Amino acid sequence: MTEIKKMTIVEAINLALHDAMAADPTVLVLGEEVGDVQEGGVMGVTKGLSTKFGEDRVKSTPISEQAIIGAAIGAAVGGYKPVAEIMLMNFITVPMDMIVNHAAKLRFMSGGQTGVPMVIRTMTGSGFSTGGQHSDYLEAWFAHTAGIKVVAPSTPDDAYGLMRSAIDDPDPVLFIENLPSYWTPAPVTKQIIPIGKAKVAREGSDISIIAHSLMVTHSLAVAEKLAADGISVEVVDLRTIAPWDRETVLASVRKTGRAVIVHEAVKQFGIGAEIASVITEELWGTLKRPVQRVGAAYSAVPFSKPLEQAHAPTPDSIADAVKAALA
Amino acid sequence: MSNYPKPDAATLLEIYRKAALIKQNDERVIKQMMAGKLVMPYYSPRGQEIIPSALSVSLTDDDYICTIYRGIHDMLAKGFPLDALWAELAGRVTGTCKGKGGPMHLTCPEKGMMVTTGIVGSSMPIATGLAWAAKLDGKNRVSVANFGDGAANIGAFHESMNMAAVWKLPVIFLCQNNLYAEHTSIAYSRVVEKISERAAGYGMPGVTVNGNDPDEMYGAAKVAIDRARAGEGPTLIEAMTFRFNGHLLGESGGYMDKDLYADAQTKDPMPILRARLIAEGIASEDELKAIETDIDARIDAALAAAMDAPFPDLAELKRDVFAEEIA
Repeated sequence: MTEIKKMTIVEAINLALHDAMAADPTVLVLGEEVGDVQEGGVMGVTKGLSTKFGEDRVKSTPISEQAIIGAAIGAAVGGYKPVAEIMLMNFITVPMDMIVNHAAKLRFMSGGQTGVPMVIRTMTGSGFSTGGQHSDYLEAWFAHTAGIKVVAPSTPDDAYGLMRSAIDDPDPVLFIENLPSYWTPAPVTKQIIPIGKAKVAREGSDISIIAHSLMVTHSLAVAEKLAADGISVEVVDLRTIAPWDRETVLASVRKTGRAVIVHEAVKQFGIGAEIASVITEELWGTLKRPVQRVGAAYSAVPFSKPLEQAHAPTPDSIADAVKAALA
Repeated sequence: MSNYPKPDAATLLEIYRKAALIKQNDERVIKQMMAGKLVMPYYSPRGQEIIPSALSVSLTDDDYICTIYRGIHDMLAKGFPLDALWAELAGRVTGTCKGKGGPMHLTCPEKGMMVTTGIVGSSMPIATGLAWAAKLDGKNRVSVANFGDGAANIGAFHESMNMAAVWKLPVIFLCQNNLYAEHTSIAYSRVVEKISERAAGYGMPGVTVNGNDPDEMYGAAKVAIDRARAGEGPTLIEAMTFRFNGHLLGESGGYMDKDLYADAQTKDPMPILRARLIAEGIASEDELKAIETDIDARIDAALAAAMDAPFPDLAELKRDVFAEEIA
């Protein structure tokens, strides 16, 4: 047995990239500041990779998001497995054409002749007073686009295992990392985690919370707190948003009869709407209460601390929604 | 241009073969559309035949090209199989993309035609990535990004040229300047006289040639291709030309300068090259007639086979979205 080490999400992703590059010479990394000359980026996620694997395979780029994603698409079509970093999720608005019109569609439009086996790593999450253009969750845009998979891990172990799967996936994968979760150490087993499979992060019998990324951490805290009041909360970590794991979610809600979907993205038109709709269609007869959704307020992420704290779901607002669903 | 290499007699004849195929194919597509037998958006390359023909004689199947919605000439010059092309235009399952790409997304990896995009300017970032893959492959293959004068004004043009120069990639940025971006004359969209002047801003050679002159076009392309194969980096070629059938087939062209249009008609590159081949004793009238008759017969066969072929099964909607079929 190999020793199970504790590490942060930053370290887990770094290790996943390292292991993937060591295992497969076609795995490449590119993005702004990813090289060691630039200290492996603002957060140091790619630190050490260019020293180990060379600057041909680990390319620091100019600030040119369209060219970064375009270069990754071209390299992918040309037989490589690039991992492109878009530093923050809001910056993904810049190369949207490359992602939505090209990465996601080339396989279909070519009748399967070409594929785009690339990963787009990006980071986001509110809580750092970065205001309206540095902390949005935009996963629904991509989940709505046929041809791209969307992954959002909540733990270092999932970050490692899902990154390995994302790199080996034959199709483009958007890999959303949560900044506030970056530095909390937890055990990493180096298990490969399949894309499209959710995890029951905590078992319970009264109500199901379906969440991803930081909201899983919040939901687990809520479940712990409510357990003291005799409420048994099951927490399902989606891990993959597109395609989402209907079976695991429906099995949980079938068991509990109640569901709350939690995401940090704005509630309106978010992925919660899709999941709530499917739960309602499939489990109408067994639902004890209407499905609840918890998401961010319909505004840009505010700067001022009290506003920022009130914008995205918190353990308290999640707990309130759970109690409402149980009432 | 005097120091450019010139095509020898056999090469010139090969350029004509390709150009004649493009011209005759275009005429047949238009005929089919007028007869209501093909329904699609069509962007005729009539008038631009020499550019890809004089380029492609120096390329191999291993070399990559990316092209755009007005790119059928680029493909035919590079050897796109006629049967698969016509079947795709007709939306048949025997089409190169199983009828799922259509005229704006033609793909043929075995001939190096990796991406055809309907989005102005998007060929450049992806061709840059293919050039990165080509450089990593170490096989001396080059990548060509085709685009029009309108595309030279989008951000991706600048980002790609800069990144390709910084990374010294084997890519040729081939601007086919036909003087109009959709309905907008080039006079409204730039103040520099030549788009090729912009290359200086990225530290790469930039050259403007008469794209309708096989000597100039062959020479400029050969120099750029040799430079790319030698690892000396990218080149911007601006090939001046004219599109005889406007932007989208069927529009009136009222925005075009009538004198300019009339003048361009007198400079139609096809009869000029044909007359030259005879005048220089490279081919006789009978030999050229035989080439043209053969092309027509090949188009006849491809057209007949396409129209006889079945449409794709509706199950194709679920195929090629991802590598694995959607349940």
